[in-house]
Amino acid sequence: MRRFVALYAALDASTATEAKLAALQRYLADAPPADAAWALYFLAGGKPRQTVPGAVLRAAATAAAGLPDWLFEASYQAAGDLAETIAHVLPPPARRSALGLADWLEQRLLPLRGAEPGHQAAQLRAWWDELLPAERFLLVKLIGGGFRVGVSRRLVQRALARHAGLDEALLAQRLVGWTDARTPPSAARLQALLAPADIAPAPAGADGRPLPFFLAHALEAADTAAPAALAARLGPVGDWLAEWKYDGVRAQLVRHGGGVALWSRGEELLTPQFPEVAAQAQALPAGTVLDGELLVWRDGAPAPFQALQQRLQRAAPPRRLLAESPAVFLAYDLLVDGGQDLRAAPQWQRRQRLEARLAGGPLPVSPLVAPLGVAAAAAAAAGEGDANDAATRGWAALAALQAGARARGVEGLMLKHRDAAYGSGRTKAGGVWWKWKVAPWTVDAVLVYAQAGHGRRAGLYTDYTFAVWSRPPADAAEADAVLQAIARREPPQAGALQLVACAKAYTGLDDAELQAVDRVIRASTLEKFGPVRSLRPSLVFELGFEGIARSARHKSGVALRFPRILRIRRDKPLHEADALPALLALLPGPGDRP
Amino acid sequence: MTDPLVIARPQGLYCPPGDFYIDPWRPVERAVITHAHADHARAGHGQVLATAVSEGVLRSRLGAGLTLQGLAYGEAVVHRGVRISLHPAGHVLGSAQVRLEHGGQVWVASGDYFLSAHDERNPTCAPFEPVRCDCFITESTFGLPLYRWAPQAEVFAEIDAWWRANAAAGRPSLLLAYSLGKAQRLLAGVDAAIGPIVVHGAVAPINAAYRAAGVPLPETATLDALDAAGGRRAAAAHLRGALVVAPPSVLASAWARRLGDFSDGFASGWMALRGARRRQGVDRGFVLSDHADWPGLQRAIAATGAERVIVTHGQEAVMVRWLQEQGLQAGSFRTAYGDEGEGEGEGAGAATAVAEATATAPAEAGDAAAPTAPGAV
Repeated sequence: MRRFVALYAALDASTATEAKLAALQRYLADAPPADAAWALYFLAGGKPRQTVPGAVLRAAATAAAGLPDWLFEASYQAAGDLAETIAHVLPPPARRSALGLADWLEQRLLPLRGAEPGHQAAQLRAWWDELLPAERFLLVKLIGGGFRVGVSRRLVQRALARHAGLDEALLAQRLVGWTDARTPPSAARLQALLAPADIAPAPAGADGRPLPFFLAHALEAADTAAPAALAARLGPVGDWLAEWKYDGVRAQLVRHGGGVALWSRGEELLTPQFPEVAAQAQALPAGTVLDGELLVWRDGAPAPFQALQQRLQRAAPPRRLLAESPAVFLAYDLLVDGGQDLRAAPQWQRRQRLEARLAGGPLPVSPLVAPLGVAAAAAAAAGEGDANDAATRGWAALAALQAGARARGVEGLMLKHRDAAYGSGRTKAGGVWWKWKVAPWTVDAVLVYAQAGHGRRAGLYTDYTFAVWSRPPADAAEADAVLQAIARREPPQAGALQLVACAKAYTGLDDAELQAVDRVIRASTLEKFGPVRSLRPSLVFELGFEGIARSARHKSGVALRFPRILRIRRDKPLHEADALPALLALLPGPGDRP
Repeated sequence: MTDPLVIARPQGLYCPPGDFYIDPWRPVERAVITHAHADHARAGHGQVLATAVSEGVLRSRLGAGLTLQGLAYGEAVVHRGVRISLHPAGHVLGSAQVRLEHGGQVWVASGDYFLSAHDERNPTCAPFEPVRCDCFITESTFGLPLYRWAPQAEVFAEIDAWWRANAAAGRPSLLLAYSLGKAQRLLAGVDAAIGPIVVHGAVAPINAAYRAAGVPLPETATLDALDAAGGRRAAAAHLRGALVVAPPSVLASAWARRLGDFSDGFASGWMALRGARRRQGVDRGFVLSDHADWPGLQRAIAATGAERVIVTHGQEAVMVRWLQEQGLQAGSFRTAYGDEGEGEGEGAGAATAVAEATATAPAEAGDAAAPTAPGAV
């Protein structure tokens, strides 16, 4: 545990890649293999199910510290993190523990799951009394499943590769499934992970595990501003295979000898949530790995993301949900076919084999976007004007399609280079996938509530709730009267003009802006409800968002999807903020239920 | 109830029978000043009473023309029937608690003070001395149970290890700290055998005042002095194993660029929390404060034997409720010291560095300085 704490401190303290790599390698060289196996599990993003409920943790810490509940809560609000609060409010330890990470987990933490709360609390109190604050912090993070540290998976792979003297790509492949909760980390697994390369690996997909996902890159706004810019950035349109970019969940479907496994990009097994997809995929031959998108599909079109979210939350979904929100796996790549690894083959070949493999079912294929239309436009153009002009026209045709994406219920286009290999992670080495999203919707909204942030933003008011006018104010004076009433803390009258909350947003401001807004919040606080402050409205923000749906969560009756701050509109007077009717007009038609 | 010896007025804490202020934030005729940090010692007062040992630092900050009467610790003066004496607070050189006695009552205003659960003292000044009183006016900068200082020997061991590792790698260790108080405490606490020590121009004159007051500090040089002595090349060689102590305002400044490739650390009580540490954006945060931590505040309050406690700057709401639950009569004064209010400690800590970074003149005021008065945004 002490070694792991030191590693965590080193990773947490540095932003330099080389320093992090060095710390990881040092740890791998020093730590006993069983401990290193567990450390790797957490560093690779593994999250064991919470062993002790948060309420038990909190109550045990409050009692151990001898504090009243309100004072523990006040401390929590200042620290912005439960583990950190617990680490600090307890008195210094009476003893010191030298137990290793693996022993901590296997002998102590995991057996605690499901134990009687009184026993859990007694154990926790005894353990806390043998750990320093930094060790307690990590212990609580491991218990609560909230462990996070600033290392990418790629960095972990590189450290492992250097440590073992192996190729990084090989380690990336071997590391897939490492965090799968069904097989706990162990010294033996670590040994297999680091084994010399000449030991023949099992054929890809044969063990039911996914392959490392190939990740797309986002096109910059400047690159997509005009067809000429696209042509300059990406070359001939004919080099690219275009598909719709769906707002679903990226997944790999593995058909192996033992059945079907459906994996999210976070390497979570999703098979239990999508039994109908698994049933369809049984018809595939063993030794098939597909990449694609999970979506709820209704009336011939993808349903809003909320429908899929309901499905994700239900393992073994009830029949009613299955009927209301049927899911599909829309395949867009074939990685393994008949046990043969196709990842090095060019995109167009994989695409051909994908279409051939799924020609008669059992799963739908993500269609190419206007392959003929775009090509024909480009060819026709080539007959006339110069080549430059032709290239531009092809992109113009695609841009026109992309601009209409939202009406089709998709987020934009994916552009996949026709010769691209299926890489590992966010690489550009073997060809690129670009995502070309439509510009977000925007709304000018008023800041009405604020809450202190967590982690790096603890102690700063950084979590905002925004509102729009219930209808457009007649003029500045009418809006001002409402603001005055808010300042006097008068409740709004039914039917009268008011500000109605529509979104919460946490991201989009830089540190200096956060500090500035924090000062405004402190100076314009009307009331404090625990950690939340209600404000005398004074700031307008431009929010971007990707979708909208009816929701009882906010007073406005709508909820925005992926709301984030685009900028502070200091130029905008409050009465010019947007009003609810403008948002309602964006709701999907009556045919689409949220 | 008997008449209070101290009340809050728009100018500052006021003693009605004595007709003077304690650490006023607006210019007044007569002021008692507890210590030289900018949020407690402001310019423009008529007559000032302070500890004799703080005179040098006060004059360097408030101007040589200051009308100042200096008292030894424990020495008393009587003004309009109020007996006034100053007692060590352990915060910075010359920092004092103000004891007021009048009409059979004793009140003590703490200013800022340092005390922890460990029996240790800030080696650069006289240690906090509990003074029995009926009413104790206490600061509450770190008034949450989250704040428990480790023994300072452990913190200095961390700083020394960091300095040693940097020196071995041939790069300077830039240690950020407030120029008055924290910088000298660091200089007195580090292992000066590790390498040379360089200080920023804002720290050097305060070092001189400390040395003049008899506080032993290791030998230090400024960058300019190094350049003048041996040229830039020699200075750069000198810097490689050096500890460089400077106020946080130097981050991202031309001055810091003169150090070349360095590692930076920040020494402050606020570094106890990860969020504040990461916002500061330095390589290392060292948890070292000149204020009392939670156990220190409780110890100090208990040692005064006061039945009534008035809480100022920091975690007033938390401390008042806690003290009331402990059976004490507790209330708070709203002041312009330190940070503005409850729940906002870290923000103030981070903001202090920002305020320093933007100030044209060195205006830092220890851990608790607030960049603006409450409601001034």
